[in-house]
Amino acid sequence: MDKKIFIDGREFAIDGTKTVLEIARENGIYIPSLCYLKKLGPASMCRVCVVEVDGIRNLQTSCSLMPTDGMKITTGSPRVIEARKMVVNLLLANGNHNCLICERNGDCELQEAAYNLGIDIPAFVVPEREEKDESAAFIIRDGNKCIQCGRCVEACNRMVVNEVLEMGNRGGHTHVICDNDLPMGASSCVQCGECVQACPVGALYEKKGVGKGRPWEIRKVRTTCPYCGVGCQQELHLKGDQIVRIKGVEGAQPNDGHLCVKGRYGYDFIYSKERLTTPLIKKNGKFEEASWDEALDLVANKFKQIIKESGPDAIAGVSCARSINEDSFYMQKLFRAAIGTNNIDHCART
Amino acid sequence: MTNSFGEFENAKLFFLIGTNMTEAHPVASYYVKRAKLKGAKIIVADPRNQALAKKADIFAQIKVGSDVAFLNGIMNVLINENLYDKKFVEENTEGFEELKATVLKYTPEKAAEISGVSADKIREIARTMAAIKPGMLCYTLGITEHTCGKNNVMSTSNLQILLGNMGMPSAGVNPLRGQNNVQGACDMGALPNVYPGYQAVTDPKNKEKFQKAWGVNNLSDKVGLMIPDMMASLPSKKVRAFYIFGENLARTDPNITHVEHELESAEFLVCNDIFQTETTRFADVIFPAAAWCEDDGTFTSSERRVNRVRKIKDAPGQAMPNWWIFKQLAKRFGHEWPSNSGQEIWDNELSQLAPAYGGIKFNRIEHDGLQWPCPNEEHPGTVFLHKDGKFTRGKGLLKGIEWTPPAEVADAEYPLVLSTGRRLFHYHTRTQTGRSGLDLILKEETADISAADAAKLGVKHGEYVKVSSRRGAVKVRAKVTDEIPEGLVWMSFHFSEGNANWLCNNVFDPETKTAEYKACAVRIDKI
Repeated sequence: MDKKIFIDGREFAIDGTKTVLEIARENGIYIPSLCYLKKLGPASMCRVCVVEVDGIRNLQTSCSLMPTDGMKITTGSPRVIEARKMVVNLLLANGNHNCLICERNGDCELQEAAYNLGIDIPAFVVPEREEKDESAAFIIRDGNKCIQCGRCVEACNRMVVNEVLEMGNRGGHTHVICDNDLPMGASSCVQCGECVQACPVGALYEKKGVGKGRPWEIRKVRTTCPYCGVGCQQELHLKGDQIVRIKGVEGAQPNDGHLCVKGRYGYDFIYSKERLTTPLIKKNGKFEEASWDEALDLVANKFKQIIKESGPDAIAGVSCARSINEDSFYMQKLFRAAIGTNNIDHCART
Repeated sequence: MTNSFGEFENAKLFFLIGTNMTEAHPVASYYVKRAKLKGAKIIVADPRNQALAKKADIFAQIKVGSDVAFLNGIMNVLINENLYDKKFVEENTEGFEELKATVLKYTPEKAAEISGVSADKIREIARTMAAIKPGMLCYTLGITEHTCGKNNVMSTSNLQILLGNMGMPSAGVNPLRGQNNVQGACDMGALPNVYPGYQAVTDPKNKEKFQKAWGVNNLSDKVGLMIPDMMASLPSKKVRAFYIFGENLARTDPNITHVEHELESAEFLVCNDIFQTETTRFADVIFPAAAWCEDDGTFTSSERRVNRVRKIKDAPGQAMPNWWIFKQLAKRFGHEWPSNSGQEIWDNELSQLAPAYGGIKFNRIEHDGLQWPCPNEEHPGTVFLHKDGKFTRGKGLLKGIEWTPPAEVADAEYPLVLSTGRRLFHYHTRTQTGRSGLDLILKEETADISAADAAKLGVKHGEYVKVSSRRGAVKVRAKVTDEIPEGLVWMSFHFSEGNANWLCNNVFDPETKTAEYKACAVRIDKI
């Protein structure tokens, strides 16, 4: 007989592979969660995903709760809401969650939880404690927005295994540290940005994206990284033509959301003022701007003259290992079909 | 790669030789490290004690250019101790006796003498690889960039075939390609001996097929020149016109003084590029090209996966897509090519002509890409090659290979060995990363040396030194690091001034024409 559970009275089949949180999410039942990240698995740190289970006295964290046959779960009882409110209130109190200027405003899991729980004014106030760490090239750390969910620490140690981030100190002084509590820019961090992508709030964010666009203005386009040969899938976050940030595509082959420092932050070159914008012809040792027809005619005529005088093998070409396949296909076609030589190569072996 | 990145995390054993993934393929290195967390064994063979070497279960710090001897030593143990996969070898391969005859000459002691790795460690590696199967072998340019590059590659293949580590998940021979689309440029036939899809230009059937497809009757059946031969033919005017698309040969090729002389002597040089580079200086005509994010098309990754690349903006000014430029030139030769987009080129031309990509169409790769071979539109793509020991060529080829030293070795005048490669924070000649803020992290080249050599030279970390070879000299800061063994200097080619290619030896593997970037003799002088 099929095993099943009931969430808020709705019936769901279970196969023993999914947690209550996963089943609820897949079926459109909102349960806030702050430390849980799919690829890292349950962490049971933040306790904001608690639910009530018939027959169990204490509230249970749904991110780590494996359902058993016949289990009856309530996600929105007054007791659950009260517990969640307490957690979120404490988190809001424990820092400076000023959404007005936060880069994650509108794309923040804490903000969303507070909104859904109807928290307008945080119940407690604790003064600001930490300076922002802006010492690193691409990542800003704002400890005042950190909710100590542990995602970044897990991501750094278990996903990219760079082993830089750690929870330092104890009790109320617990905070995320780099190496032995160095500024990020002085630490062994290589700025892969895995922690930024894992952060549910505005505690870790991209320096380059500051002030460039709000989450609701962003258009997302999937593409492939232009650097090494791994072929990482990127999600470009765009405002107009401008890349505001780059994220790895979660669940994609081969990188499942991971990127490196170049893939995540090495994109500005396309906007450089030094880009070539017009055909150039060298005259008397100096480059002069030319029209497309002028430049194309010059090249075609010179090639034709050389073919006539010395044969097609007196022309040779090197294609580009960075550009798209379709460009290389057309370049070799030009050399083979139009010019008549197999003198076409690229840096294939280096 | 015979296999795929998706298989890394579940691999039981990695044999990594001449690959510094942490810096050159960072995301691949994450998966290797995660496999280790799950219990995989890692064997690293590298001249440098780099990040993965430090995490390895066994680290063989081989001398630069000793790979064939080292690998033969491992195979000597596998054969002598009856540890190789006899069934796999008998059923699926040919050439075993020839391999055996050669390999038996390379006792662990002899291999140790050449490679600097102890005979005991060589035995330990062989026994570990025989005990934990399958194992995944990965290499990068540490294997190929030698005058014996092809022999190095064949030796890695000998080892994996001997172990039966082929044709199954988490196994195989896996060269990690250094550039986003170097696999694709090969696949597209930007090679002097093959049409797209590795169809030989010397085969009359292929010539006829492509002549028909392209409506021409003049396709050459003569294999063309490879890059070093093209460049060497410029001063003599045997090659009169040279067309360079998106490559900065004046800084990426070995012996810059010589390369610049060759480029300078070109009668007519044409470039497509997105920036002025050290190479475009020599051009007669430069076409301004669309960059990444300015055109729709595909890249093919190391794991043979054809991935979509998407346009988000127009190219600046009058810059145009590269395919458009080639099409306009062809038009001036009287050729009207039908396609007007990356999708039309791939779907209507390339995938019709190259059977391995026949089933890959743009509408199938909207999300995850497909891995070739993918011969028809129902085919799911191929995660790993040579399934069940059925090799593409029929029988897997084992070949006895003799070790040869690098063309230039250290001597009294140039007592240090220079090896080169890529660093994490930059890419090639920095045309892109140098304009994307990565200089904030790494702003100049260094000569990475050992503490022992620094002491001998009386040089401190961070001090400027002169590094010279028979071909040139550069002034860079010394970086004293425990990654480097005594006698070795390591540099990259990212910076114009301190570029290692001012020093590198322009000698090449006789068949692949790959330069020996990984080994030449240099000296360091205190300034």
